[in-house]
Amino acid sequence: MTCREFAEFLDAFLAGTLLAEEMAAFHRHLAVCVHCVTYLDTYRRTVDACRRLGATGEDVPAEVPEELVQAILASRRKQA
Amino acid sequence: MTELPDLPVLAASAEPDECQLVQALRRGEEPAFAQLVRLHGRQLLATARRLLNNEEDARDCLQEVFLIAFRAIEKFEAKCRLTTWLHRIIVNTALMKLRSRRSRPECSIDDLVPRFTEDGHHLEPPCPWSDHATRSLQAAESHRLLRRAIEQLPESYREVVLLRDIEGLSTEATGQFLAITANAVKIRLHRARQALRTLLDRHLEDLT
Repeated sequence: MTCREFAEFLDAFLAGTLLAEEMAAFHRHLAVCVHCVTYLDTYRRTVDACRRLGATGEDVPAEVPEELVQAILASRRKQA
Repeated sequence: MTELPDLPVLAASAEPDECQLVQALRRGEEPAFAQLVRLHGRQLLATARRLLNNEEDARDCLQEVFLIAFRAIEKFEAKCRLTTWLHRIIVNTALMKLRSRRSRPECSIDDLVPRFTEDGHHLEPPCPWSDHATRSLQAAESHRLLRRAIEQLPESYREVVLLRDIEGLSTEATGQFLAITANAVKIRLHRARQALRTLLDRHLEDLT
């Protein structure tokens, strides 16, 4: 496996969808290529950071600002 | 409005209370409109904020979504929940808003994905991220860093990251929203993540 092939398989590796044979080749490459070890580590941190930015439920406001509720209802009345 | 993707239905049928609310909306009862906004607005506002990353745009988007929903309530079918239906509308509306924003300088994806020599080795070997860079990425400032990096992605890649990683939609649902195949979603997401890694690498280097 080359570094190019390694990079192509990265997402499938993290998703756990590589076939056993591909997984073995992946690990053989990792054992001998320090650049791909670094690439995998920084790629994984990037994916983790993206997911932390995502939907957590903690970002849901306690309520919709009242002025926004009133603006929405007023727009509806105008359109009715 | 574009046709909404046929997403997996979250619940088999609408709750009895929801049926009553829908009927009241169809009869044009004012309290029902306020109830719908108060019941679902919080979640929808959070979605709009995540996708648009701009408070004013998020509020405009929410207003637009409810106006669409009020007009289209006749077409709402009780085979899915109101939450699911409204979520589809807000994702579509936010995507349209994102596309209509004045175009910002975007990086070319080819400049951000790794390049290789003819025999398949890294052309520019990646450098490990320092402890400081790693701490920065875990700290609150990482949100700002990451948002800046996402905004630099070409639109078609940015949309996939927003829907898959930020909004947490499935590959299939993302494909339906963007009218592309599941395989195309996977390919774009991988390239987008590679590009984000490069952009973060550059931003983190600036911090050290």
